[in-house]
Amino acid sequence: MIGIEQYLTVAAFLFVIGIFGIFLNRKNVIVIMMSIELMLLAVNINFVAFSVHLGDLVGQVFTLFILTVAAAEAAIGLAILVVFYRNRGAIDVEDVNAMKG
Amino acid sequence: MVIVTFIFYLFASIAIASALMVILARNPVHSVLWLILTFFTASALFVLMGAELIAMLLMIVYVGAVAVLFLFVVMMLDVDFAQLRYGMAQYFPLGLLIGTIILVELGLAFGDWIYADNAPALRAAVMPAPQDVENTAAIGRILYTDYVYMFQAAGLILFVAMVGAIVLTMRHRKDVKRQNILSQIYRDPAKSVELKDIKPGQGL
Repeated sequence: MIGIEQYLTVAAFLFVIGIFGIFLNRKNVIVIMMSIELMLLAVNINFVAFSVHLGDLVGQVFTLFILTVAAAEAAIGLAILVVFYRNRGAIDVEDVNAMKG
Repeated sequence: MVIVTFIFYLFASIAIASALMVILARNPVHSVLWLILTFFTASALFVLMGAELIAMLLMIVYVGAVAVLFLFVVMMLDVDFAQLRYGMAQYFPLGLLIGTIILVELGLAFGDWIYADNAPALRAAVMPAPQDVENTAAIGRILYTDYVYMFQAAGLILFVAMVGAIVLTMRHRKDVKRQNILSQIYRDPAKSVELKDIKPGQGL
């Protein structure tokens, strides 16, 4: 029987892989954003697992809002990335110092 | 029950493996495709849990919109990705260390947790899923009643994100001739048409 622990384990692995991806691809903003999406997915799995486990639908409602925020974040982040590439011709994160005083 | 267990472990292992491939793939296009596979398997896990609405939303929103957005941007930008991978081996041990530490912490937290005696009573908004309605209808019942303001706020967030993305990426190019609709509307026949009386046999 699959209990909540198995789902939490999968979510923990996905979350750690997301963090690992941020450290591993420190220059590539696109992969960093994909890692953030992975972490949000792990959080969603946690929410839904607890929601089903506790019989409380509010967890799934909250997952909807996480989904919304994740979509908005991806749209804005990629728009900033496109503008940055248009101005600089590169997407290296270490070059992002235009606002440095 | 055995087949459910088998399906869970199948999809869980595919999800973790494809998530690893997302961060390890050489080509970012492949990363996006692995990300799509991760979302597919995660929504399969949601279906196993009985959360069909979230599963289908994950398909529609993530696979249909977010992943395609990533794919567009990756393919549109002409970036030398090999150069971006330079120095990856340098960050590998630190990332592995921090990832292991967090995984161990999560394992400690998950391995030994018990409910407090009064925890169920302290939960503010307990809304058990009604047994006679399916998941989507049950979520709809509370989403459009108790959480309608949150729902509107989510719409507002999406609207602001849309406006922000358009404003950020829109640019007015000076060297392109544009249609000026006002000047077209205000165009006057008296000013733009000239009548000439041409005698027969003579040119202009």
